[in-house]
Amino acid sequence: MGAYDFDHAVDIAWCPGCGNFRILESVKDALDELELDPANVVFVSGIGQAAKTPQYLNAHYFNGLHGRTLPPATAIKASNPELIVIAESGDGDMYGEGGNHFMHAIRRNPDITNIVHNNMVYALTKGQASPTTRQGFVTPVQVHGVTQEPFNPVAVAIALDASFVARAFAGDARQTTDLIKKAITHKGYALVDIFQPCVTYNKVNTYGWFKQNTYTLEESYDPTDREAAFRKATEPGKFPLGVLYIKEGKPTFEEGLSLYRQDARPLYQRTVDMEMLRGLVDSMRT
Amino acid sequence: MSIVFSGQAGQGLQTLEALLTRMLKRSGYNVFSYSEFMSRIRGGNNSTQVRVSSRRVFSYTRRIDLFVPLHENAMERFHDRITQETVILGDRAFIEEQYLDGHHPVLEVPINEVAREKGGAVYANTVLLGILAGLFFVDSDLMHEEIRMILSGLGEDRLQKNLDASDEGYERSKKLLKPGQAAVSIERTAEVRDEVLTDGINAVGLGGLAGGCTFVSSYPMSPSTGVLVFFTKKAESSGVVVEQAEDEISAVNMAIGSWYAGGRALVTTSGGGYALMVEGLSLAGCIESPLVIHLGQRPGPATGLPTRTEQADLQFALYSGHGEFPRAILAPGTHEQGFSHTRHAFYLADKYQVPVFILTDQFFLERRYNVPDLDTSKVYDQRFIVQTRADYRRYALTENGVSPRGIPGFGEGRVRADSDEHDEDGFITEDFSTRTAMVNKRLKKLSGLQMEVFPPQLFGPEDYRNLVVCWGSSLHAVQEGLDMLGRDDTAILHYSQVYPLAEVTAEYLERAHKKIVVESNATAQFARLVRSETGIAFDGAILKYSGLPLMPEDVCEGLHEKLGKKESTHGRL
Repeated sequence: MGAYDFDHAVDIAWCPGCGNFRILESVKDALDELELDPANVVFVSGIGQAAKTPQYLNAHYFNGLHGRTLPPATAIKASNPELIVIAESGDGDMYGEGGNHFMHAIRRNPDITNIVHNNMVYALTKGQASPTTRQGFVTPVQVHGVTQEPFNPVAVAIALDASFVARAFAGDARQTTDLIKKAITHKGYALVDIFQPCVTYNKVNTYGWFKQNTYTLEESYDPTDREAAFRKATEPGKFPLGVLYIKEGKPTFEEGLSLYRQDARPLYQRTVDMEMLRGLVDSMRT
Repeated sequence: MSIVFSGQAGQGLQTLEALLTRMLKRSGYNVFSYSEFMSRIRGGNNSTQVRVSSRRVFSYTRRIDLFVPLHENAMERFHDRITQETVILGDRAFIEEQYLDGHHPVLEVPINEVAREKGGAVYANTVLLGILAGLFFVDSDLMHEEIRMILSGLGEDRLQKNLDASDEGYERSKKLLKPGQAAVSIERTAEVRDEVLTDGINAVGLGGLAGGCTFVSSYPMSPSTGVLVFFTKKAESSGVVVEQAEDEISAVNMAIGSWYAGGRALVTTSGGGYALMVEGLSLAGCIESPLVIHLGQRPGPATGLPTRTEQADLQFALYSGHGEFPRAILAPGTHEQGFSHTRHAFYLADKYQVPVFILTDQFFLERRYNVPDLDTSKVYDQRFIVQTRADYRRYALTENGVSPRGIPGFGEGRVRADSDEHDEDGFITEDFSTRTAMVNKRLKKLSGLQMEVFPPQLFGPEDYRNLVVCWGSSLHAVQEGLDMLGRDDTAILHYSQVYPLAEVTAEYLERAHKKIVVESNATAQFARLVRSETGIAFDGAILKYSGLPLMPEDVCEGLHEKLGKKESTHGRL
């Protein structure tokens, strides 16, 4: 039993065979292998099936609003930089409802890990298109098939010069675990977009389909070359898996906050500085 | 004495306002100032009213004693406020023909010409400052000191030209009054010199610091942006995380995230921005997060009048957010309350784990006057967070509905916050009895909030015949308006907390023969709240929603009409 397992049975709301089970195991394995104390790990999620993941492992969590995963995650890290913060949710939550926050979280570069379960469909609301749904995919709402260009999260992240961008496939547990570990240990915002088969509402992008349509980046691939990374992220055909892009040396959001420069204490340990306050009021007398 | 400068955007009226009010206050005069301005960066017509008095002054008046036009057309919007008692001072070119008829007192000074002689038209404001300093017998050393302080960024050459320009204005003022014309005679008070000169923005900001605010996330929107800027300026010295979010949705979710992790967070916004925050409000309600929302009102709907004032978001603040959960709404009337109530908002939010509003408005935030002090002896530093044990349950059911609030990273327990209905541990549940228990738990907190309500303040005779009820920033205009009317059978009841409504409300209202409500909105929103809570209806309403602040004259005329003749004895019927 790992540090993130409960000592009691957990009633899980996912369909049998759901890709989320594999991702949950990979996340727990990654945390265990990194020997991170659950008392210091905070999961932040939105709404959707993927967003339920934090319910099923023994850490702190903030399960907020649909699409609003990254703003609280950023603020939690900024309020107590000693915490390990993992923002985990689905493609609808992160790229659809939360698309604006996705862009701006990358720009802010908080030292958090962003795990996105990408099943190319809205599962919780029963099968409508998500931002990453492939063209032609027929749903109860997109009855003639999706016409819009699918959102490419890794290309967008590289375009925004994100500090870490990786893509995984839930069907490859070892690789997924390793990529999550790299993302957590990376300093700065780290995206791991994980292809996740939905066995109920996506009969097109199945385990078999993902297996056939992905490949692992070769050893010689240099993730620090931004132009090459962008080419990889946008190339037609099979999707590359692995670390697509790393931008080292970017200052994090928390590092940019002046209040931590003289005093590293998290916010909860601070008290009102009476003298400072008195001084501010007195400065308005003259 | 009421002075009005009328100029264009970009003419430096704000600097003049700051210089003049500081200088006069430091000379021992009570001062008040407020600028009304258009939503544009250049041109248009803006005006600043500065009131100078031997008594404390807090409100914006229709009356103008001294009018200074600073550009062509500067008088156009003021025809109904310039009377034959109004002295007009300034360049002849800016004074309309109709006022040069001999029936209006005019003090001609070629301000622009003097400014050009001193180096350029940009020095016109300092020439004017000098004239006013002379008229009010301000010590010229003090005037210089203020100019050096406020214009310190200009560089030595331009600073010196400003000083010279002010000296020239000062000299000219001595020759302005013809024999027989009355000089300014307003009594000065030594104590006023060292008082605190503040606007609402600083009062709210300092109150936030006193409340232990450590996190501010917001998106700029007039008139609330000043509070964001306040914290930005103080971030370094006072240990506050300040972030301009990508939108108000992000801002409010960040603030809630910060509280979850041990911060004490505030968002500052106005109606349209708050509209975007509403789902976040409901989130705070469900996960029982403290949250402090500064809502600076401006006229709506939609973009409305971006730079003007109104009190029309009371019902919005009260009823926004899906689902049922408690909240508190504070509405400071004075700058002292702006300070103390913002501090109190952090206490309430933290203690009861609820959203708390500080409901101000553009007039409240921008007006400036001197107060004896902002009481920093009471600083909120109570810790309502607990160190968790391994068996910690975030939503443990308790007598008063408040569960001990743990945070991640402080103790051995797990802190689970969930926007879904949850059990005591914070896990998602669809168990109906747990759901019922959780709703009851959350709503119970309203009793605690009710016990800590700021009662309304009564001004005037205890045995009043008529009662004038107001809330928030309307207080001072109502006080001055009633003074003008001069009725001793009428009292004022002012609410600085509008929700929960104080339980003594019915008692006060039942004692009155006539009950009049005064609000800066079109639908008497507070009166509706009072009626829904007490069943008592008002007999009349004085409502203003033009975008300008409520003025004492509005109140005086409204009360005159609504109260009728005074009874010979002012006892109860």
